Amino acid sequence: MNVGLYVWQRLTAALMVPLVLLHVVVIFYATRKGLTAADILARTRGSLAWASFYGAFVVAVAVHAAIGVRNVLAEWSPLKSRDAGILAGAFSVLLFLLGGRAVVAVVLP
Amino acid sequence: MTALAHRQSVLWIAALVHRLSGLALAIFLPFHFLTLGLAIEGEASLEKFLRWSDQPLVKLAESGLIFLLMVHMLGGMRVFLIENLAWHDRQKELAAVAAAVAALVAFILLARIL
Repeated sequence: MNVGLYVWQRLTAALMVPLVLLHVVVIFYATRKGLTAADILARTRGSLAWASFYGAFVVAVAVHAAIGVRNVLAEWSPLKSRDAGILAGAFSVLLFLLGGRAVVAVVLP
Repeated sequence: MTALAHRQSVLWIAALVHRLSGLALAIFLPFHFLTLGLAIEGEASLEKFLRWSDQPLVKLAESGLIFLLMVHMLGGMRVFLIENLAWHDRQKELAAVAAAVAALVAFILLARIL
C-alpha cells in the first residue's frame, strides 16, 4: 500500500467512527418496536440531515472498503498489485453507485 | 519456536479478525445497499423484505453483522492508538476488550430483536 492509499484509508476510518456509532444507535432505536419501512422512510424522506449523513457514509465506505479489498487481493491472491487495484477500483465504483442509489431511495420524498 | 508460532499470539488473531471482519463487511455492503434501494420501488417493496427478515436466522445474522461492524471499528481504533501513540504493554487487553464490547453490543441487539 502506498502512502496515498494509507492516508485515505486512515482518514476515511476516522470519519467513519462517529458515523458507525450513530448508525448503531439508530439501529437500536429503530428496532425498539420492530423495524418497519414506514418508520424508516418517515424518518429519512425529505431529510437533508439524513441525506448528508448517509451520503458521507457511502463516500467514506466506498473509499475505505476498496482500499482494504485491494490490500487483501494484493496480499492473499495471486493477482498483481496493479490488477488488484483495478478490481478494487471497480468495487469502489459499485459501492458508490449502489450506495448513492440507496440514499436516494430512502431520502427522496 | 516454529515459523508459525506467532499465529498463536492474541495480537496476530486480532489482526486476522480485523481483516476478515472488514472483508465480510465489504461483501455484505452491496446487498445492504440493494435492499435499501428497494424503497425506490415504493414502501411496500422495502416492507416485504423487512417482513422476510423477521425470521430468527436472519436476525441472528443481523446481530452477527453488528458484531463484525463493532469489532472492525474497535479493532481499527486500536490500530490508530498503536500508530499514533507511544507503545504500551496492554495491547492484548485492548484487543480482548474490543472483542468483548463488540460481542456484548451484538448480544444485546439480538436479545432485543428476537
